[in-house]
Amino acid sequence: MITTGTIRREEKGGARPAEAHDAKAATTRGEELLRLENVGVRTADGRWLIRHVTFSVHRGELVTIIGPNGGGKTTTVRAALGVITPVEGRRILKPDVVIAYVPQRFHVDPSLPLTVDRLLSLAASSTRRQRRKALESTGVHGCLDKPVQSLSGGELQRVLIARALLRKPDLLILDEPVQGVDFAGEAELYALIARLREELNCGILMVSHDLHMVMAGTDHVVCINRHVCCEGKPAEVTGSEAWVQVFGTAVSPLQAPYVHRHDHVHGADGHVCPLPLAQRGETEKTTRGQNAHEAGTTGKETHEKGEE
Amino acid sequence: MGLPGFDPLLLRALVSGLALAIVAAPLGSVIVWRRTAFFGDALAHAAVLGASLALILNVSVSWGVLAIAVLIALAVHLARPARSLPEDALLGIFAHGALAAGLVMAALFLPAGQDVMALLFGDILAVSPAQAWLAPLFAGIAIVLLAMVWRPLLMACVHEEMAIAEGLNPARARLVHALLLAVALALALPLVGALLFTALLVLPPAAARALARSPEGMVALAALAGVVSVILGLWGAWTWDAPPGPAIVLAALVLFAFFHMAARILGR
Repeated sequence: MITTGTIRREEKGGARPAEAHDAKAATTRGEELLRLENVGVRTADGRWLIRHVTFSVHRGELVTIIGPNGGGKTTTVRAALGVITPVEGRRILKPDVVIAYVPQRFHVDPSLPLTVDRLLSLAASSTRRQRRKALESTGVHGCLDKPVQSLSGGELQRVLIARALLRKPDLLILDEPVQGVDFAGEAELYALIARLREELNCGILMVSHDLHMVMAGTDHVVCINRHVCCEGKPAEVTGSEAWVQVFGTAVSPLQAPYVHRHDHVHGADGHVCPLPLAQRGETEKTTRGQNAHEAGTTGKETHEKGEE
Repeated sequence: MGLPGFDPLLLRALVSGLALAIVAAPLGSVIVWRRTAFFGDALAHAAVLGASLALILNVSVSWGVLAIAVLIALAVHLARPARSLPEDALLGIFAHGALAAGLVMAALFLPAGQDVMALLFGDILAVSPAQAWLAPLFAGIAIVLLAMVWRPLLMACVHEEMAIAEGLNPARARLVHALLLAVALALALPLVGALLFTALLVLPPAAARALARSPEGMVALAALAGVVSVILGLWGAWTWDAPPGPAIVLAALVLFAFFHMAARILGR
């Protein structure tokens, strides 16, 4: 049996006030920094990339976005960043919130002579010593005078995190920060991000590259597949028998599993089909939950989470 | 022939050429970094249409060119991405269409003796006295404006979404850059001509890249390369009665080779 005790699934309501999140948690939560409210983004030809997406990030909180490829994770982040304006719903950013962004892809044209030091100086007005210190804290101070284009993938991630740190952000947004980093490096980066949250007391919004693993310490997981598929807290690693069965004992304490509970499936075009009750239990047991999405049952386009 | 003395024609060309070379350094560097050389080309090609219209309407060529160039800069800035053709292809189609229309209109409507070939290659005689003092004035204003938007402009070359997310306005910086480019074109057209305008923008930064270690260093070196190219090119054009545009570009090409050889020798 999969331990699902810590998982809380949204029962109903697309857009809900942040206060109603969890009565107990609400008292310990910091101020709300960013909120997406019923956000919908559409392509030029009218296809919805995401719709009815609602969540918020508070100070001191780590929110992780997961979801299948093509499900709209990056679109959600771009809406959260304010790079794209939603056609529906809105993005509410607390005034004077300083954002730092660590993008998934970072490529500087080789024709631009840019050292790490100069890149960092573009982030915030700072002295060379402060920039060196920021790089020291992420373990790449040797890169200070290297051209940005000469960095390895792991070095670049650390430089970008140091750059974000230099901005002293209230809200840190990271798009798949450990993608392409090996297992040991992944654990280190997660430890670094955890430390940043402590030091800066900032809110963190992170996209995870893995459907089932999120960083330990994640307060809230939002699974995006065109809409908020499900959300909740990640299960604790320790004490989960199923977890040990599946992944063994050699798991990073910096990661935590997140178990999906699907009450619907998606048709080929992404529309939502409700799942018959009998099948729901099955889905809950399927940690590799996306497979269950293939079980197309009815073609009826209803949406349990409902319109507004 | 040696030094050409203080012929007012040459002096005008020199003053306007040097001012343009300096302002072309930051404008051209951004074009190289953003890989948008086609935009400069499109502007320059369309300028021929502006010039033809101006000649036919009997107004100053510079105004015609400026109007068309500003229109294109605004259109490109405001245009939404097309569905089936990339931006550079659309711009190319439009620009070459404008060039062809300009040449045909000039042939049909302009009185004999007037021709637009000078617009394509430049002509020292075409640099008016007004240009000689307008160019330095413009260069000064442009450099101040570019300095004001330099951080968002540079961040637009590094990572545009990061810039937007972190509260900068790279779109406005790019618009400032595009509009300054349009004015630079109107001022540069008599001297270097439409066909070589992009070369004046791209060659000095490309030469400077070999030795530069920072974006600002590259701009400074590009300005130096541009200034030397203009001096050498105008001297050659005056001495051998060659069109100034190609002469300046050739000089820049020699500098490009020289800078890259120097970088090789210095081990950079």
